[in-house]
Amino acid sequence: MEAVLRTQALSLWYGSVQALKGVSLDVLENRVTALIGPSGCGKSTFLKTLDRMTQLIPGVRVEGEIVYRGRSIFDPAVDVTTLRRQVGMVFQKPNPFPMSIYDNVAYGPRTHGIRRHGELDAIVEKSLRQAAIWDEVKDRLKRSALSLSGGQQQRICIARALAVEPDVLLMDEATSALDPISTSKIEELIAQLRERYTIVIVTHNMQQAVRVSDQCAFFLQGELVEAGDTQGVFSAPKDPRTQNYITGRFG
Amino acid sequence: MSHEKMLNRKRVEGGIKALFFLCGLTAVGAVLFISVYLVFAGVPAIQELGLVRFVLGDTWNPQQEQYGILPFLLTSMAGTGGAVLLGVPVGVLTALFLAKTARPGWAKAIRAAVALLAGIPSVVYGLVGMVVLVPAVQRAFSLPSGANLLSAVLVLSVMILPSIVRVAETALRAVPREYEEASLALGATPAETMFRVSLPAARSGVATAAALGVGRALGEAMAIIMVSGNVANLPAGPFTAVRFLTTAIASEMNYAPMGSLWRRALFSIGLVLFLFIMLVNAALHGVIRGAGEE
Repeated sequence: MEAVLRTQALSLWYGSVQALKGVSLDVLENRVTALIGPSGCGKSTFLKTLDRMTQLIPGVRVEGEIVYRGRSIFDPAVDVTTLRRQVGMVFQKPNPFPMSIYDNVAYGPRTHGIRRHGELDAIVEKSLRQAAIWDEVKDRLKRSALSLSGGQQQRICIARALAVEPDVLLMDEATSALDPISTSKIEELIAQLRERYTIVIVTHNMQQAVRVSDQCAFFLQGELVEAGDTQGVFSAPKDPRTQNYITGRFG
Repeated sequence: MSHEKMLNRKRVEGGIKALFFLCGLTAVGAVLFISVYLVFAGVPAIQELGLVRFVLGDTWNPQQEQYGILPFLLTSMAGTGGAVLLGVPVGVLTALFLAKTARPGWAKAIRAAVALLAGIPSVVYGLVGMVVLVPAVQRAFSLPSGANLLSAVLVLSVMILPSIVRVAETALRAVPREYEEASLALGATPAETMFRVSLPAARSGVATAAALGVGRALGEAMAIIMVSGNVANLPAGPFTAVRFLTTAIASEMNYAPMGSLWRRALFSIGLVLFLFIMLVNAALHGVIRGAGEE
């Protein structure tokens, strides 16, 4: 199994506060990797460093290495816009642009130079189908994306991320702002998407981690405590801290 | 607390509220008075001359009893249009710089400069324009005189900058960070994100900024009276010496004899200017509301 993203001894500081402490983790191709741990453990920071979004925050300092398909993402020759096209992100709070559904999904392809209507139409339809929302919105593509429900908005955001044909999809607690039905729809969607994409999710919900992920990584206070096969981590955790967390003794 | 004291306190409260209400009424009263007065003072000359002859007449020559204000009207439109065309892009780009990309030190310096610009009296704009800008325009284009429409447009475009920058910056700052993050995460560059996400998301604020600019430019008189040439020509091009609706009133009121048609016609110009500004504001308001609802 090939590691698409290979993190080596990654440390990160927000000013003088260290948020990640020497994290080494491999993200395997066509697998769903779940990052779990209590609030403030660094799992979201780790996720957002994988496409260099943490670098937008002033005062952030990174040490260590993240290698994406054989190349360091911190290499000065790496174009961050290309990286972010390959490593897409879905945010915790649905954040569609205040534009039509169509324009939301077409935003990425247009940014990367696709202008022809036929081509854009095809990409928009394909992305919305992949995000399992085509049937719900196909008659109102020109309507504002903000007119949709939260769960639909989040699937529009997933479609928007898929429209640039990423290789890896990062999802930062993508269901935490949604109702149970929308959540289960997105979980089903993740199960379908893993056939084509490498997915990393951050979740607070351990049942969700068990349901949707193949690999699992437990973070605590900026450290990666334990990582491995989800079944293994949950049935036979090696570290007592993992044991305590997954049995609900803290966090 | 005694009953007496309670009553007293109530009375004071009531008095204060009445005072606030009166202050509020002052504004309403002033607007009503000015509107009514302008109509009464402005309508007679228009009736006497005929609306079409007054508004569409292309010659203003009080000595010959010719009172056509088309030159002023077109000059005000051209001058305001030109100022907005120059001032809005510069102002909005300044606002983008301040709201999105400037280092704190630079932002502070530029914001202070913009605030100072807003505080400069318009007559000073006119003076500096007359002494510096007019000769520069004259030399740059080898003209007999640099006092023309172009100079007026340049002065106006600088004058309207502060309000545009301030309103547009506020609107751009209010754009949720999540929109911009989503765009960056899709591989858009910061510049693409600003122009394709931040600016469209702030469009109703940017439209408000433009509307403020239009209002200020249309109503300005002092700054342009000294740089525009102040001749009642139709604005044939940027190098025509022109007179605006505002400057026509300001420069002739002292010479028009009491009770003359000339004097009444100047009040009619005031009425036209007033209605024109109202109309433009209403139209831009419609645009803003349309943009906000989308």
